[in-house]
Amino acid sequence: MLGIIIGVAAVVVMIAIGVGARERIAAQIRSLGANLISISPGSAKMGSVRLGAGGAPRLSEEDAAAIGMEIPGVVVAAPLLHAREQFTIGSSNWQGVVRGVTPEYFSAREWRVIVGQEMTPEDDKRVANVVLLGTTMREKLFGRADPVGAAIRIRDVPFTVIGLLERKGQSVWGDDQDDVALVPLKTVRRQFIGTSRANPTFVHSITVKFANWASAEDTMAAIRNLLWQRHRLRTGQEDSFVVSNLAEAANVEGSTTRVVSLLLSAVASISLVVGGIGIMNIMLVTVTERVREIGLRLAVGARRRDILAQFLVEAATLALLGGILGAAIGIAAAIAVGSIAQWPVIIDLSAVLLAIGFAAAVGVFFGYYPARKAARLQPIEALRTE
Amino acid sequence: MALIEVDRLRHCYRVGGGPVWALEGVTMTIQRGEFVAVIGPSGSGKSTFMNVLGCLDSPSEGRYRLNGVYVGGLHHDELAAIRNRNIGFVFQSFNLLPRASALENVELPLVYRRMWAGERRRAALAMLARVGLADRARHTPAELSGGQQQRVAIARALVTEPLLLLADEPTGALDSQTGLEIMAIFRRLNVEGLTIVLVTHEAQIAAHADRIVAFRDGRVVSDTPVAQQARSLGNARHLSLAYNNVR
Repeated sequence: MLGIIIGVAAVVVMIAIGVGARERIAAQIRSLGANLISISPGSAKMGSVRLGAGGAPRLSEEDAAAIGMEIPGVVVAAPLLHAREQFTIGSSNWQGVVRGVTPEYFSAREWRVIVGQEMTPEDDKRVANVVLLGTTMREKLFGRADPVGAAIRIRDVPFTVIGLLERKGQSVWGDDQDDVALVPLKTVRRQFIGTSRANPTFVHSITVKFANWASAEDTMAAIRNLLWQRHRLRTGQEDSFVVSNLAEAANVEGSTTRVVSLLLSAVASISLVVGGIGIMNIMLVTVTERVREIGLRLAVGARRRDILAQFLVEAATLALLGGILGAAIGIAAAIAVGSIAQWPVIIDLSAVLLAIGFAAAVGVFFGYYPARKAARLQPIEALRTE
Repeated sequence: MALIEVDRLRHCYRVGGGPVWALEGVTMTIQRGEFVAVIGPSGSGKSTFMNVLGCLDSPSEGRYRLNGVYVGGLHHDELAAIRNRNIGFVFQSFNLLPRASALENVELPLVYRRMWAGERRRAALAMLARVGLADRARHTPAELSGGQQQRVAIARALVTEPLLLLADEPTGALDSQTGLEIMAIFRRLNVEGLTIVLVTHEAQIAAHADRIVAFRDGRVVSDTPVAQQARSLGNARHLSLAYNNVR
């Protein structure tokens, strides 16, 4: 009985944590911007000399445009530049990340501006000195004050804050996505990176939003093909870029929760077996204690299957009670774990009912042997037993 | 047609070293409406004979025909159905379910007949009334006297309207006055047409029957009708004779 209680409680906690973890990962993938593919420069070989990451023919704005135009299933492709710069207001200064983006970036990441104005294609074309702040960056620079319209300097270049971005939270890698300043792509290139003659529209990476999870693999393959052609790579050469799906990174965390789930399900199955054996024990004792009753029932016309059914129902009832008790304890434990460990738990009613039903099935399974023993008793011997 | 016909019935138990023959060729016929007492010392085979008659045990050899049906070789489910429909049992130790009420105890055989609860309740209540316990229907066995418990057991045996009532030492656990009350019930039931076979070792109890069959070492050693007059005296010379034969 105790085993059944522990087993069912473990199943309920396990499912609550598992479902909670899945929801959290799904939410994180959504917060990264759902359905994203990231293209970054890979290493390439010239002869036998590895040039290291970024040493290959570089990604360009044209690559991003081509991906957006030519590949079916791509909703939008946004080119990106990154730089780490010094931010100055008055006499205070901070280090921070500046990201050069085009308006496509906002739709790819599903990132909204909550205060002020959005970035327009005009801002990029004019190489405007405007900046949008993430919430963390805003708190560092301005505290609780309203930053819109304020002037700041990034590497001594004056910028105007035109808006505030909504909060994104942590990424799957654990860094703060809101600790960022978004500036038009061309502005970043001119002010902080500099242009290269070989690739005047050079970008660091391209973020691609695709339409459909199911075709993610096909879309990634098509992007790889297109970039091979555009970069004139020959067979045998390594890719000069890395195409990755953010959901793959999210799976890493998924595997941790899988380990926890596996552990809990091992505990659950062992306790259910132990509980089942406990029930078998109780039922064997019950059958022995009630031999005379069984004999009487046989004498007044019970068939073997009537006796079998009676004891199976008793075993199942016992296990069912244990299951219901276990489910109650499990729900309480899941809620406790959720509030102590700050882990999202989701209690799925159908899973709880399934666990209780499984407990009853365990009762029937382990109750079968004692019940059969009862049913096979010979009526005279049973009646004679004192 | 005879209700019970047994022909050269033999039965053996395997105990320890070898077979022990509890019945060694019993041939007997019991007509409908008879009231038969089976007597004999312990180990004479009378209990084994009762178990065979009650379809609780199958004889090793010989044939047993109950109400025209050869019982030997029937499936255990068919035997269960025969016990349920044709035979009522009354035991020395009552064998009532301790946690069930008198009413529920009487209903038990009808449960295995798949009868509706309402119908079952009505039949059981009527039967409890016939044994004079209508007002004790809700009591559990522990709340009833020995005589009352045995009357509940009789009601349970009769609720299925059996052809045959088998009573194994029904007065063995009761004082003599209560025992007489139980025998009066049996007598009344017999007058109403019920066939009764009663196992006892008490001469006064056996004297209530119409016919006394004495067993010894697995054989019938005497089979004697009890004179009306002797029975009405309650102290039968016939009975003493029959009993002495056994000794």
